[in-house]
Amino acid sequence: MMIAWLFLLTSVLTGTAGDLLMAKGMSDHGEIYDFRPRALLRMITRLSGNGHIAIGILAQAVSFFSFVALLTVAELSFAVPATALGMVIKTIFAKLFLNEQIGRRRWAAAVLVSFGVLLVSL
Amino acid sequence: MPALDLTTETSRRQMKNHVFVILAVIANTLGNFLLTLGMRAIDFKLSASPIDYIRIFANPWIDAGVILLIVWLVAQLSLLSWADLSYVLPITAASYVLTAVLGKLFLAESISILRWSGILLISVGVTTVIGTSPKARLSAEEMVP
Repeated sequence: MMIAWLFLLTSVLTGTAGDLLMAKGMSDHGEIYDFRPRALLRMITRLSGNGHIAIGILAQAVSFFSFVALLTVAELSFAVPATALGMVIKTIFAKLFLNEQIGRRRWAAAVLVSFGVLLVSL
Repeated sequence: MPALDLTTETSRRQMKNHVFVILAVIANTLGNFLLTLGMRAIDFKLSASPIDYIRIFANPWIDAGVILLIVWLVAQLSLLSWADLSYVLPITAASYVLTAVLGKLFLAESISILRWSGILLISVGVTTVIGTSPKARLSAEEMVP
């Protein structure tokens, strides 16, 4: 069970770091307007040189594989609530580190969705 | 008329935002779904040989799943270029609902009353933020400390 908790912790922490880094990288990049294939390719080339995005995607990959590893040693009903927990942690960190202004509706949504994911996993 | 232009611009951006939310949710759900189908079809066992991992891509369901997950990544990054993370997170949770529906329709998974209530809670959460501005600039009295 110790190893399950280790995978769980790794998955939640790297997933949170990944989402925050990707959000930071994209908000620094600015709004994307041009979705023609050539422009998208240019954007992907430019973004691959962006440290926040690159480390963010790497962290997401680590999170994904720890989650898959977690599923090999634990039940889905143990693994999925971690996703629910991640939702609230990410919202708090978005306020602390990305200075996002989170109103009542967003807090309500984060809590509702977390409980919903919890119930779906039961 | 500048006022009219502003309204058109706002609704155009709102439209773009909703298109990308839907794209991200569908690509993520369907991508995971096809990956699951493919992995079940090939009955994959953990292996030390890299060739076994490359052989996974001989399965068309898995290829389609991977392509859809790349589409999801591009859509998610695009969303984050104009929307707050605290907006994107609950709204893309709609994929949990879609996953449950796909599982019921195509994998004949049963949905218990508990799971239905979870789906309902997620849906209420998603509709709570869907109409709000993706990039929040709240007035002082709206702020929750």
